[in-house]
Amino acid sequence: MSYNNILFQVESGIATLTLNRPDSLNSFTSEMHSEIRQALKQVKQDATIRCLLLTGAGRGFCAGQDLNDRAVAPGEAMPDLSQSIKQNYNPLVRALMTLDKPVICAVNGVAAGAGANIALACDIVLAARSANFIQGFSKIGLIPDSGGTWTLPRLAGRARAMGMAMLSGKLSAEQAEQWGLIWQAVDDEKLLDEANSLAAHLATQPTKGLALTKRAINAAGGNSLDQQLDLECDLQYIAGCSHDYREGVNAFVGKRKPEFKGE
Amino acid sequence: MTAYSDIQVDTPYNGVQLIRLNRPDAHNALRTALLGELATALAAAAEDKRVRAVVITGSEKVFAAGADIKEMAALDAVGLWKDQRPQHWQTIRSFSKPLIASVNGYCLGGGMELAMHADMIIAGEDARFGQPEINLGIIPGAGGTQRLVRSVGKALAMKLVLSGEFINAREALAAGLVAEVTQPELTLKRATALAETIASKSPIALRLAKEAILASYETPLSQGLELERKAFLFLATTQDRQEGIDAFLEKRPPQFTGQ
Repeated sequence: MSYNNILFQVESGIATLTLNRPDSLNSFTSEMHSEIRQALKQVKQDATIRCLLLTGAGRGFCAGQDLNDRAVAPGEAMPDLSQSIKQNYNPLVRALMTLDKPVICAVNGVAAGAGANIALACDIVLAARSANFIQGFSKIGLIPDSGGTWTLPRLAGRARAMGMAMLSGKLSAEQAEQWGLIWQAVDDEKLLDEANSLAAHLATQPTKGLALTKRAINAAGGNSLDQQLDLECDLQYIAGCSHDYREGVNAFVGKRKPEFKGE
Repeated sequence: MTAYSDIQVDTPYNGVQLIRLNRPDAHNALRTALLGELATALAAAAEDKRVRAVVITGSEKVFAAGADIKEMAALDAVGLWKDQRPQHWQTIRSFSKPLIASVNGYCLGGGMELAMHADMIIAGEDARFGQPEINLGIIPGAGGTQRLVRSVGKALAMKLVLSGEFINAREALAAGLVAEVTQPELTLKRATALAETIASKSPIALRLAKEAILASYETPLSQGLELERKAFLFLATTQDRQEGIDAFLEKRPPQFTGQ
């Protein structure tokens, strides 16, 4: 499958999806969305893929929606923004959040608008030290989408979420790390190496267990402690039936390196 | 043992008969042959003393995505008049032992109607319910309009049947369509465990309880209460009632025989 707006490569259990419209800071168009959907479908269905790495080509990660697609001339009918959210952004965020494999995001440069929130929807986010996260929506009269209003208060707390969303300022990668929005800020030149070695590591880990962990942590936001304890009980049962649990215990007892299959 | 092609019928275990819809290439579409096999299997389960409860399920991805549209397209009004399907549905409907539907993935059209024929539905988080017949210019034809309104009420029944839109497992739980929502990997395990619990009860009490509850849809309250009272009195003549009460007082598990 060849793509025009993304690069997509599968190797050694890792799928690498690179947003590839570098001249427009990899901003989203409908065509790019549809290519991402296609690629993510493959990631979901192919059991040999055990980790997804998302990154951007060129100097930016993603500048969000390409606003050239959406300019509103005076007198023109107002666009229905809910259509592109429903068709493009929401399915993308859902796909990343519910993918039963770990998703790493390597934020190689500016991540603005939907670009910032898509990055924050990934499981483990690394960012180049020179990268920035910009909400930006409030400057054009919009609200943070792509899960932003859900993710930001959970990651940063209400006060910081409000500040980021209403002021639309730039948040540096280091600040994002200090605030707990991302896992790690990394020197620019080391970002891809770090992200790749993390992906290589995760692709050999118990994928099923990681998927269940992801399911539990993502469910926690909407659950009471009671519900969450019941969920942990159910998911631990499922994890305990996996090949990798057996292998992990045997390897531990036998003092050898485990060989996980991801099942 | 009867050979089936569209369903898979396991040997009963712990009083529970598992029936799987098994047309993976057609998303378990309920063609007439499949419905016929289902009716045959349930008729056999009704006679089989080893079977005290039945679990019906699809695959991990789909319960049943609907009727077989290609088959249906070939039938004109006269063909539909002579259709075997209503008879099969009748057999499924009159199955007198507890019937549990274990639903993962899509449960649509005829699939949803089949699930609603069960006494209770256990659904995985990933389940999707809908009656999309309206998209084809037809309407639900196996009780969908009637059962749906009774289990979820008019507002949601109208929405589902008139728009063809789907609801997810959580919405179905909130609406009272399903009894319980589980992690997708645990749906069948939970349904089977529940069936085993039910199978450990008195078969005769189960049968009368099921009849009484189903009668509530057919009769005014006063008649329903009368029917309940008579069933209650009838159970006083059974050994199982004596055994149940004795076991309770002696603090031991009961051994029901169905006598």
